[in-house]
Amino acid sequence: MKRHALSTRLWHWINAISLVVLFMSGLNISNAHPRLYWGEWGFAPEDAWLHVWRFPGWATIPGHYSLAAARDWHVLFAWVFAVSLLLFMIAALLNGHFRRDIATRASEWRPAAIWADVRAHLRFEFDHPGAKYNFLQKAAYGVVLFVLLPLMIVTGMAMSPGMDAAWPFLSEMFGGRQSARSVHFVVAWLLFGFVVLHLALVLLNKPARHVWDMIAGGPSDEAA
Amino acid sequence: MKRRNVLAGLAALLTTGCSKIGKSDTFQGLVDRAEALHRGAHRLIGGRRPMAREYSLADVSPFFRGNGNTDIDSDAYRAQVAAGFPDWRLEVRGLVERPLRLSLDDILALPQRTQITRHDCVEGWSAIGQWTGPQLSTILDMAGLQPAARFIVFRCADDFRGVPYYESCDLDDAFHPQTIIAHALNGEPLPVRNGAPLRLRIERQLGYKHAKYLTAIEAVASLEGIEGGNGGYWEDRGYQWYAGV
Repeated sequence: MKRHALSTRLWHWINAISLVVLFMSGLNISNAHPRLYWGEWGFAPEDAWLHVWRFPGWATIPGHYSLAAARDWHVLFAWVFAVSLLLFMIAALLNGHFRRDIATRASEWRPAAIWADVRAHLRFEFDHPGAKYNFLQKAAYGVVLFVLLPLMIVTGMAMSPGMDAAWPFLSEMFGGRQSARSVHFVVAWLLFGFVVLHLALVLLNKPARHVWDMIAGGPSDEAA
Repeated sequence: MKRRNVLAGLAALLTTGCSKIGKSDTFQGLVDRAEALHRGAHRLIGGRRPMAREYSLADVSPFFRGNGNTDIDSDAYRAQVAAGFPDWRLEVRGLVERPLRLSLDDILALPQRTQITRHDCVEGWSAIGQWTGPQLSTILDMAGLQPAARFIVFRCADDFRGVPYYESCDLDDAFHPQTIIAHALNGEPLPVRNGAPLRLRIERQLGYKHAKYLTAIEAVASLEGIEGGNGGYWEDRGYQWYAGV
């Protein structure tokens, strides 16, 4: 068995592309009305809890301001993102990836164990024999997979007026459409933060091998 | 700083690449399919005619923002506003058995529906208001649709630099109970900025579908050949015809 299952590798790269397109087209959409509110409604500057800065063309898709074109990218890749995440989750449940690699054990939650993990990270020691991932990795991947990514889908759906008519509980869950929009924005930046950290840690620790493993699958854990 | 420039360069390459792809027919085909998929999913999940959420008076926004055109710059319109729109007519025409010309009094004499709904602009903001007017289905039943009618086109008195505003919807939305021709907002005659004297309320879709300053309702078999052929002023400028996303 390879280090990364084929379903994991396929999803990883499809998801990477989706996230980049969704994030950059999302920044273009944000430029259309760069204010965030809580509750159901909001439109005036004095109602806003955050005045968002304007994102430059090099950070957006397309590279100039176009709400229509940005929405085209966004609603298309929303499908790629959501369907690929669903398929990956089914595969990861079936092939044991979640149970074996992501689920934490009770012993890992001991403060002393977590602290030891943090200190190892700070010393840039990333080898952790036994399991594929250490506690901080499991926690990060777990939060991204089961909290942040699903939140993007749910808040995205909550903002859609057609979806809101069909499933009003989605936006009610967040206390209103504008709250869902605010959460969508905040979680997008949390995911951006995760990606930066993820890339930094790969770069710090055998980047070529890690990238190649995520393409070709890599050796099995036993052999490594 | 150098690394930043490289990153900015990479991002720029990506965005110009995306702009190129974005203009291709293949990409537009995919986008159209994604739009149809969203619409299909909404109808599948909610049934054909789920109702948009309705709110209580306590939820109404203190001020209902006007967007797009918020006035019509003509003496004729100003005279109508001053007089209370005595000569305003809403034509019902196209593929109908009995074409109509309805005055504001005719519209007020029809059975009315009042609904407090949330207006979601494509830009991202929302406002809640209470709308009153007859259901579009009442008017369409009075006129009687011919069997060939597939879409309803809404003609407006406003324009952007001479290009008239217009919108359209399918018969599902046209006959939806919450699709009304509103003449009142929050119990008052429709303000000029919100489309006086008549505007469409087509809940479950984004703001640009809610055509203002209505002058005519037209039943048609196809949207081709009408203005840009995409079913609306903003649709002719790249926005999705199904504005439920």
